[in-house]
Amino acid sequence: MATPEPLIAATKMGETGFALMSTRRLLTLAGIGMILVGMIFGDIFAVFVLHQNAAHVGASLAAAAHSAAADETAAVAANFQNTGAALENRGTKVDTHVHLIAFGYLALMLALLQPWVRISAASARKLALFFVFGAVLLPLGVFLIHYVGLAYSPLQAIGWASIFADLGGFMVLAATLGFGVGIVRHFQTRHSPQQDQLLSNRSVPARWLLAGGLFLVLAGFLHGAYYAGVNLYRHEDADYRILLSMSSAAAARNHAQIDQAISDYGQLQGDKAVSIAAHAHAIEFGLLAMLLAFFQPYVQLREAWKRRWAGVLLMGSLLLPVCVQMEMKFGLLAGGIADLGGLLVIVALLAMWIGIVRYTGNIDAMAQGRQA
Amino acid sequence: MSAKQVLLIGGLALAILGMSYGLWYAAFAEHQALDGIGQSLSSSFQAAAEKDSSAAENSLLQYREAKYRYDRQVDVHGHWLGLSMLLIIVAIGYDHVSFSQKLKTLLAWILLIGSAFFPLGVLMQTWSHGPAPRYVAALASAMVIVALAAMVLGFLRRQTA
Repeated sequence: MATPEPLIAATKMGETGFALMSTRRLLTLAGIGMILVGMIFGDIFAVFVLHQNAAHVGASLAAAAHSAAADETAAVAANFQNTGAALENRGTKVDTHVHLIAFGYLALMLALLQPWVRISAASARKLALFFVFGAVLLPLGVFLIHYVGLAYSPLQAIGWASIFADLGGFMVLAATLGFGVGIVRHFQTRHSPQQDQLLSNRSVPARWLLAGGLFLVLAGFLHGAYYAGVNLYRHEDADYRILLSMSSAAAARNHAQIDQAISDYGQLQGDKAVSIAAHAHAIEFGLLAMLLAFFQPYVQLREAWKRRWAGVLLMGSLLLPVCVQMEMKFGLLAGGIADLGGLLVIVALLAMWIGIVRYTGNIDAMAQGRQA
Repeated sequence: MSAKQVLLIGGLALAILGMSYGLWYAAFAEHQALDGIGQSLSSSFQAAAEKDSSAAENSLLQYREAKYRYDRQVDVHGHWLGLSMLLIIVAIGYDHVSFSQKLKTLLAWILLIGSAFFPLGVLMQTWSHGPAPRYVAALASAMVIVALAAMVLGFLRRQTA
């Protein structure tokens, strides 16, 4: 599967090239690594936590409503505490998944932008390390919020895990700002960037990924616009009406109506969740495909395999959002195919990541040869 | 400014804005918002247990308002960041779009303005329930979709040329 790679990069650290410890290589490998970890975490969460958590929230809400019907005020509060804990557990895990992937994308973009960043190689590398540290610290901190809570915290509402998560966010923000200053300086000096192989690549897998990515992003936007225009306010209104019906049923001690409201509430939350997930995943996978299009020259695999992996990534990227959207109608079958789509994306991404790790510098060496 | 500069500098500015907003929100507003949602929901059912329908309904109205604001505030953060990434990626690959420089610059500005104002319109919905913020969000999101669709066409022209 490999292309013979006799040349070793001689690019200096921090330049546009892809030498072993260059800023671009660091951001690229860390970025794809973060996306992979974020996706695998998301899959584990979806399979082992999400549905159990939803069942727990539903059961706690039902218990609270039935306790209200039985005039047990203290039990109502206790059940809502349970619901809150389950929602926090779910929310922090979703945030961990989302932030790891988003920072991975940002790292890939910063890697691509290196030719436009006018700062010294050493400073760029320090900024990249600062970015990666913050980008790992934030999701790790968010993940720990549910487990650490307010233990030993100097603040009333925010625990140590939240404080470290915020610190991670600040580091990412500061590093991005630093790279942004470098880009503004580049445009101020009107210095033309070096010829960049990555941005002028017209290979078949790169074109597939770019076109497929654009299509997915556009489809995701249209889906989001449809959801916002047709369903968003209807769902928000239904959320209130169902809870009002549940609360009224509790006051009237109507247990059958409580159960019906609980069932409607679960159905509504499912409808909302699949629509939002389909919209978000189509756009995220589209962005990922577009980003990976630019990195194809550094994927050290045979052309046929590069095409196969590009095809696999696009197929998975389409399958997941489409099947997630169909989950409410077709249940586990659609859910299973959606999970398979996610797996295809992960495997293709892993293959490309391995291809990039194998890169030994032929493109940079050839570019330097031409310049000499 | 060239089309690429508009997209690149605009995208980075939006990314920094989205991150700053998210950082501020996580540190100073999110915990309070979540507490408010949980407390109003719990109060509603406690009032139901005490057979106080009016208090239960009032608490649920508070819940609805708090949830409405929370959902939008989180969406603003996510959409500013997501759109900023799109702007930067489009900037990087803008040479693949086959249109005149003038049209490319116009599309870049439309995409940037739409990307900035769409989440702003969503945020404005937390300040006012009137129709104006919804129109701002709808118009801006239409600008994003139209600009992106045009860019896809430009990209396809390049592929077939």
